[in-house]
Amino acid sequence: MSSLQSLDIAKRSATTTPSPQARHSNVEVAKLIDVSSCIGCKACQVACMQWNELRDEVGENHGTYDNPRDLTPQSWTVMRYSEVEVEQNKLEWLIRKDGCMHCEDPGCLKSCPAPGAIVKYTNGIVDFISEHCIGCGNCVTGCPFDVPRISQADSKAYKCSLCSDRVGVGLEPACVKACPTGAIRFGAKEDMLDYGAERVVDLKERGYGNAGVYDPQGVGGTHVVYVLQHADKPELYHGLPADPRISPWVSLWKGAAKPLAVAAMLGAVVAGFFHYMKVGPVETKEDADEKADA
Amino acid sequence: MATKYLQRYSDGERMNHWVIALLFLATGLSGLAFFHPGLFFLSALFGGGVWARILHPFMGVAMVLGFLGMFLRLWRENLMNEADKEWRRHSMDMLRGDKSRMPPVGKYNAGQKGVFWLMSLCLLLLLVTGFMFWQPWFANSFPILVRRIAVVVHAASAVALILGVIMHVYAAIWVKGTVRAMTRGTVSEAWAKQNHALWHKEMSGK
Repeated sequence: MSSLQSLDIAKRSATTTPSPQARHSNVEVAKLIDVSSCIGCKACQVACMQWNELRDEVGENHGTYDNPRDLTPQSWTVMRYSEVEVEQNKLEWLIRKDGCMHCEDPGCLKSCPAPGAIVKYTNGIVDFISEHCIGCGNCVTGCPFDVPRISQADSKAYKCSLCSDRVGVGLEPACVKACPTGAIRFGAKEDMLDYGAERVVDLKERGYGNAGVYDPQGVGGTHVVYVLQHADKPELYHGLPADPRISPWVSLWKGAAKPLAVAAMLGAVVAGFFHYMKVGPVETKEDADEKADA
Repeated sequence: MATKYLQRYSDGERMNHWVIALLFLATGLSGLAFFHPGLFFLSALFGGGVWARILHPFMGVAMVLGFLGMFLRLWRENLMNEADKEWRRHSMDMLRGDKSRMPPVGKYNAGQKGVFWLMSLCLLLLLVTGFMFWQPWFANSFPILVRRIAVVVHAASAVALILGVIMHVYAAIWVKGTVRAMTRGTVSEAWAKQNHALWHKEMSGK
């Protein structure tokens, strides 16, 4: 959200040259969300609103606990409540805190045409630098998780910043600080994966044979990871994609198409120039025609 | 002996053409700014990235409307016929500078007709796919997968259109005496006889 930051930048949207690389002390961070320990209290949603000074419109009750019903420019994280029966007659209430996954290979950043409007810090956080945002919506097209939202008020894209402003000064994200059960944790990604593995062992002992950590490799891993009771069926958790990756359409558009198209257009102009120099123009033979007429 | 001229385009046709040309330039430059990071500087011509994003679709729609006028005026004369096959067969000879085997053509040769239909198709695709990711009004009505396909088709059509325009402009520069058809509305009789013999016959009644 903010460009006032003390974090080093690893990747920058619409930029073809390398980022400054002299400093390389940064540890990759991750937020771990243990779905099995979540009680759905929404303290994280409130903390996010409070820290980021966001106030969504008060919506309507649609007969579920989901409120608001979707991510919005003013709600960067929402709790998703899914009632499922994995085994017959055994209702489970799966509550997933949804928001930006902070992909190692971010589809939003790949799609963004505005230089520096999306950055990935060396610690892995993907951040929107809103004053550079041009409001085109390409990040929505690029995201494999359907996370960014364009504001109708100012035509800028918004999403969870993983509290980059807090992390930059050594604090944990607001949602982590507010979570009363310890379901949300923050630290070095390595440590979070170790902790997640312990949780998985515990869950397996308690009968969740398919428990696991969700750190999808199709996007190079994420800096928000989940502990899921049913890691074999992530779709149960309000449609969490089983194998998210950047769409091949986006890869084509922001990959091969760019150099090929520029080469074709420049090539056509250069070919025309040399054709003219080699073959010469088609002149109108004024005299010859007049003589022929005569 | 004074050069005789034939009327090739009316004032309305010429103004229509130049409206499209200017809008093509503005829409094309603003679109290229988003296509490749190396061309983002072009957005400065429009007042920065945000303004380029706001203006691009309006200019594009205006261009399509302008082209629609041109299309309605000219589509009949651009229908391909049997004689065009012969022209296409010898088009490579012409590019090598040998015009002797080119058959006599009417108002447009097969190359010009091809460019006309290429531009028509590209603009139709650009219009339809452009609406699919036009922020903030229309994009949200389309599923994200549709938008992903739309941006690729939009970019490909734009590149095809730009290549078509490069051919169009080059042909006008290459064949001397052509540009005045659009700047003055007339061409010399000798030009017509040489490059569009059947049209010349029709126009002069000879």
